[in-house]
Amino acid sequence: MNRIIVAAAFAALLAGCQSQPTTQPAAPVEDRGASQTTPGAGASTSGAGTGGVAGTAQGATRPGTSGNPLRDPASVLSKRAVFFDFDSFVVRDEFRPLIEAHGRYLAGNRNARMTIQGNTDERGSREYNIALGQKRADAVKRMMTLLGAQEAQIETVSFGKEKPKNAGHDEAAWAENRRDDLVYAGE
Amino acid sequence: MTRLLRRSFLFALAAALASPFAPARAQLTIEIVGGAGTAIPIAIVPFDGEGGFPLGISGIVAADLERSGLFRAVDTSGVVPRPSRAEDVRVDVWRARSADAVVVGSMLPLGEGRVDVRYALVDAVRGGMLASTRYVVTAAQFRATAHKIADEIYAKLTGDVGVFSTRIAYIAKQGPRYQLVVADADGADPQTIVSTDEPMLSPRWSPDGTRLAYVSLEQRKPIVYVQNLATGARTAVAAFRGSNSSPAWSPDGRTLAVTLTRDGGSQLFLMNADGTGVRRIMTSPGTDTEACFLPDGRSLLFTSDRGGSPQIYRAGIDGGGVERITFEGSYNVSPRVLPDGKGMVYVRRDGNRYQLAILDFATRQTQVLTAGPLDESPSVAPNGKLILYANETQGRGILNAVSADGRMKQRIVAPATDVREPAWGPLPR
Repeated sequence: MNRIIVAAAFAALLAGCQSQPTTQPAAPVEDRGASQTTPGAGASTSGAGTGGVAGTAQGATRPGTSGNPLRDPASVLSKRAVFFDFDSFVVRDEFRPLIEAHGRYLAGNRNARMTIQGNTDERGSREYNIALGQKRADAVKRMMTLLGAQEAQIETVSFGKEKPKNAGHDEAAWAENRRDDLVYAGE
Repeated sequence: MTRLLRRSFLFALAAALASPFAPARAQLTIEIVGGAGTAIPIAIVPFDGEGGFPLGISGIVAADLERSGLFRAVDTSGVVPRPSRAEDVRVDVWRARSADAVVVGSMLPLGEGRVDVRYALVDAVRGGMLASTRYVVTAAQFRATAHKIADEIYAKLTGDVGVFSTRIAYIAKQGPRYQLVVADADGADPQTIVSTDEPMLSPRWSPDGTRLAYVSLEQRKPIVYVQNLATGARTAVAAFRGSNSSPAWSPDGRTLAVTLTRDGGSQLFLMNADGTGVRRIMTSPGTDTEACFLPDGRSLLFTSDRGGSPQIYRAGIDGGGVERITFEGSYNVSPRVLPDGKGMVYVRRDGNRYQLAILDFATRQTQVLTAGPLDESPSVAPNGKLILYANETQGRGILNAVSADGRMKQRIVAPATDVREPAWGPLPR
């Protein structure tokens, strides 16, 4: 949970600091018959667009003010990591709700753009791990396009084993490194 | 043990002297850690006059020959007078010290910065001179001259081409910074050719030694660059949507094979060396990567999981004639064809161990060369006799070398640096 709050805060900080134009227009709240509350979000949303999919996994709507569900720590959309088993690019069931939420968000926000970064643990060929990380990223992309996200909205890239999040050399570190990161443009 | 230490010190000292502007942190020291079996005992007598120069040629020649694992330096002290020409060599003296061959020479300043360097190789068993050459060089050429002499001696006594005049490339990581470094094959004179804040991998020498292809993540995705070593100019030859990686040069240096995901999934493509003329080699049901051209330039080896697990295949460059090459085990990757085209070095996983192996195409026999547990990125010397590779020990990457018959092993260490992705450069033209 701490990690999510830190990630959300960091993303908010970045949004405030960026000087480049982003791929998403800064938009007022879209009225799609639902609106969200964003407790604690606060920061300006010039980077990421608003509205669209409701901010909870169950799809419940809440009356309230405008805000960015991507950075709502209460929203599954602020969760951005999918983890994998050794040698595998199969998406485990526990991550389906997360992927579905992001897939639907992209489907409902045609201007939103995402990069999926695939990673592996440190074992084995560097180039084969680039390919394995790519398979992990593509697996998640495939699920999202089945939910209506457009092909052009998602780029999949691989870091292979080159950028481990955990520098350790044990099973726990390896498990943390076998991971896709979902990164929205402008973050 | 003192011999090992002295040799390591010699390398480090020589490397330090070689270039005052080379970053000291990236220098390599090379130690032989596994016995080579039958080494030729050779006496390399200090050259007459070399004490008058900051760099002695005979020391580099001796280090080169010993590092090949095929030679053992015989003690040369206490022979008076010290011979410097073939005719001065008393074969009985050297036979008594068990030497099979003797190298003598001289370094004589000629004025205006030029030096006369000459050597002779004498057969201590049958008597007689086997080789001799005279060079006129400047001090800046001493290292190159020593390596040439070592190449000549090696060729004369083993019948094989020497690789002492080649260069190597590798990636060095220090904290958050990555450097692509080019150095002499003995680790001397390291030059940083690229420095980034993001990882790099897969450096690959063009066959003429003028360019390096490599993969960099500096744009937050893998992109293939080709960089000219003389000018430092580089081109992003593959920066398509998705990941671009695994460059491999055709033997004529005109074509690159690369792995692109732009059409969905990792697949093999060919392109001109400047990035134009991109064409897909084949459409495969799996993930294809790690292409490696065979020496005739008409087919390539590659890694594919089309059969359910990563294995090595061969195909024509038109994508036809696909043939599976590895059948044992569930993970066989990183094919590196031998210079004579008759086999390949690769990485296999056995249980938990990732280790190097060598396979003969004709006999289909595999020999395991290293123990692992995390060996990767083999690179074969252009004479096919030695293989550079990387592994990780206690969280730090180091380079190693193993002879193609598995008998001789070296450890190559850069102090305070994490080193990976070695690439052995071509023979000089």
